[in-house]
Amino acid sequence: MTALDEIKIGGLGASRKRVEDSRFIRGRGNYTDDIVLPGMLHMEILRSPLAHARIVSIDTSKAWQIPGVHLVLTGEMMATRNLAWMPTLSYDTQAVLATDKVRFQGQEVACVIADDPYIAKDACEAIEVEYEPLPVIVNPEQALAEAAPIIRDDKTGTTSNVIFNWEVGDAAGTESAFARADKISRLRLHYPRSHPSPIECCGSIADFNRATSKLTVYMTTQAPHIIRAAVALVAELPEHMIRIVSPDIGGGFGNKVPVYPGYVCSILASILLERPVKWIEDKTGNLISTGFARDIYLDGELALREDGKILAVRMHVDSDHGAFFSDAQPSKFKIGLLHSTFACYDVPVGHITARGTYTNKAPGGVAYRCSFRVTEAMFFQERMIHQAAIDLGMDAAEFRRINLVPDDAFPYRTPFGFLTDSGQYGKCLDVGLKAIGYEDFRKQQAQAKANGRLLGLGISTMTEPLGAGNSREYDILGIKMFDSAELKIHMTGKALLRTGSKSQGQGHETTWAQIVAHELGIPAEDVVVEEGDTDTAPFGMGTYASRSTPVAGAAVAMVSRKIRAKARKLAAHLLEVSEEDLEWELGRFYVRGAADRGVTITECALAAYTNMPDGMEPGLENTAYYDPPNLTWPFAVYIVTVEVDPATGVWDVLNMVAVDDCGVRINPMIVEGQIMGGLTEAYAMANMQFITFDAEGNCVGANYMDYLLPTAWETPGYELHSEVVTPSPHHPIGAKGIGECAAVGGPAAFVNAVMDAITDTGVRNIDMPLLPDRVWEAITKRRDVSGAPPVRTD
Amino acid sequence: MTTVYDDVGDQAAGDVPMRRIAFTINGARKIAEVEPRLLLAHLIRRGVGLTGTHMGCDTTNCGACTVLVDGKPIKSCTMLAVQADGHEITTVEGLASASELHPLQEGFRAEHGLQCGFCTPGMMLAAKALLDVNPDPTEEDVRWALSGNLCRCTGYQNIVKSVLWAAAKLRSQSAG
Repeated sequence: MTALDEIKIGGLGASRKRVEDSRFIRGRGNYTDDIVLPGMLHMEILRSPLAHARIVSIDTSKAWQIPGVHLVLTGEMMATRNLAWMPTLSYDTQAVLATDKVRFQGQEVACVIADDPYIAKDACEAIEVEYEPLPVIVNPEQALAEAAPIIRDDKTGTTSNVIFNWEVGDAAGTESAFARADKISRLRLHYPRSHPSPIECCGSIADFNRATSKLTVYMTTQAPHIIRAAVALVAELPEHMIRIVSPDIGGGFGNKVPVYPGYVCSILASILLERPVKWIEDKTGNLISTGFARDIYLDGELALREDGKILAVRMHVDSDHGAFFSDAQPSKFKIGLLHSTFACYDVPVGHITARGTYTNKAPGGVAYRCSFRVTEAMFFQERMIHQAAIDLGMDAAEFRRINLVPDDAFPYRTPFGFLTDSGQYGKCLDVGLKAIGYEDFRKQQAQAKANGRLLGLGISTMTEPLGAGNSREYDILGIKMFDSAELKIHMTGKALLRTGSKSQGQGHETTWAQIVAHELGIPAEDVVVEEGDTDTAPFGMGTYASRSTPVAGAAVAMVSRKIRAKARKLAAHLLEVSEEDLEWELGRFYVRGAADRGVTITECALAAYTNMPDGMEPGLENTAYYDPPNLTWPFAVYIVTVEVDPATGVWDVLNMVAVDDCGVRINPMIVEGQIMGGLTEAYAMANMQFITFDAEGNCVGANYMDYLLPTAWETPGYELHSEVVTPSPHHPIGAKGIGECAAVGGPAAFVNAVMDAITDTGVRNIDMPLLPDRVWEAITKRRDVSGAPPVRTD
Repeated sequence: MTTVYDDVGDQAAGDVPMRRIAFTINGARKIAEVEPRLLLAHLIRRGVGLTGTHMGCDTTNCGACTVLVDGKPIKSCTMLAVQADGHEITTVEGLASASELHPLQEGFRAEHGLQCGFCTPGMMLAAKALLDVNPDPTEEDVRWALSGNLCRCTGYQNIVKSVLWAAAKLRSQSAG
């Protein structure tokens, strides 16, 4: 008997082809809009055309007249059931349907439920709403001004537009470090508002059954169990009578974490009408009203010693959350994990102050392809590092090398209290510099400059905290951020695995089975993976913030080990030896010193149902809840070279190199897919993708004609490197999060490359996206270019 | 597509105009009574019940709803069902034969050309339209042919590889 070949059974490290592809390539996925229930009605939402206005009247009488209309809901009607407002995931409230006034363009004002979505849309147009416009606030500066109108006058006692003030670090220590500095490097910038914009919009089908009192909701959610809890609280339904099913999801990226008014309205409509009610958002609805990200202003300072050592970091940020503070953040951290900034650098001391403000924009601040504001943290860090190197007159790579946390310093305590787990930062940087041909490129750059051409090279190096919790520090609405896995081994050795996470394209059905294969020697193809149904899946916090592999993936390993422990008892029984005399090799126990005397895991499974020892509980099933001891800390180096056309401001990517050390890779093919997707979002942010607002609060970017996303044509190619592997010391299989690294660390590499190309202008910053007109303005006018929304000056 | 209305008395729903159309979808001949404003994508999804054609953006930008009409790639969210009268439609469900996958389907799986899968049907049909006229495309040809289809997951590199994989397989099949 020879040991199993782990790669052949689809274990750890196998680039196993994806299980879920079989249905997607046939057009047989099961997305929310694909579900049709008997007697199903359709809901459409009427949205506000104005960003800030008092509602004078709403006349729905004409809508009710349209044949096929079953129900017209307004805020007034919702209020009679105490549903006009709902609690958010950040201890605020959000209007479900507006009652007093509208607070952003696109806010939900009424909805219609009809036989057909076309009829529902017709009826929405027949609703007459009279508005009295109010002054509009589109940025924090306006929100904080003395005479600013109070946006949240619904909350009694509110006297300002400030949501929170939050602070971390050592103010006095930082102050004294700045006093000792040889040089202080300052940078101000705006990370623009952006939308995660999965191609599939949000939607739900609520199905309330009066006969059983059970509510089933099929919906686009990345976190079905959190939604179940939220529905129990909002709709005041008993939690055991609520079933949330998250079917296939057409991309999430953080957009499908929050609770949206449309979900709540479809639920109430189904309860009132006792029929299934489907709501499928259109793209404009998705882009103007759901989970925005970023929109945050930085004032950053680094205290530097002449030899290049960073002495201290100080930041103040103003964050624009829109009209409702509804993004899900761990409750202790109002500005998410922004304070993970500078975690990869050996910085002795730092201080961050953060202020959140309400504005007349859609709710913002969601973690768009990142772990709670980490994208902003790392972008600020890498832009400040780039500028500091220039201010010191140092080489950008050398400056990083001087300050990166050395290999022997782990676990390393950052100035803001995180404990980074492991890494080989210098080695990753070396791999990246070699791959891009650093020295050669610098020579080419100098030659090109002599010929009037602008070449640039941008570096971004970063580690980020992935996989919340531990539960001591991380919770959402008090619910601890652990995750779970349940494994059932059938008597023939085939298995069913369920987890509390929920894939939106990450390929959990493929990779979770690989972890079981690694731990138990059951071939991955014999393990079916199910997620997303709260009636069957164990409780978990869902998939976002790169937490699936660090938390749910760890739970899969741990539940497999529990199964193995029981299988060992069964093996001892079958082989008539004591457990202590057994050795394990992949898929098999054998007697120490007699390798041919053994039983396979399949034989153990059969025995669990047919031949268990006296007194043993039958069956081979278990559940594991995993509360991670720490976050996992992958490290990445992204290096981009560009050429900027000085006549037009257009820039092209010449090369991009990505070095990702994410510990052990479960499925390298899928990991690389995640990295390439993230790099493309980074390129998009740097190059074209943003949503801005005019002075009246009109959303500019309300459809894909205005909100530019890169296509195959302009997206550059990438060179990926996986040479450096530093396993996480605390994760059961040594894996770290990876899904979001490139989207987090990537944008600064592109921006730094363009800024490097135009260093001679003396311009310190151009706000993203680096549109040609902005770059051209920087080159020709030699001034910083702001991308903040324009403000009324009359 | 049939809609059953509640009887609302005098304000009768009887004057909703309907048109009868005949079309072929994935080789099967169909007749439908449709409102003139019905979009082709909705006829396919709700009328015929083929849900592999996805609605992404409603504005002809994302390409998730791409189908072939008489062999040409069309964004079915901006074509009226009545315009399909007398025409032949191919959707993702029509790519595979009873016994085997189309090389494009194999290619997308082999080269990890999809993640969430939402854009995939449209991508494959746009790619099929390319390979039908250009069996040996360059990477640039593929990127240009797919530039009307958005993907938010993959970064396109593997989609391009998937199409080139399929092109190679189709060429070897026709050579064999």
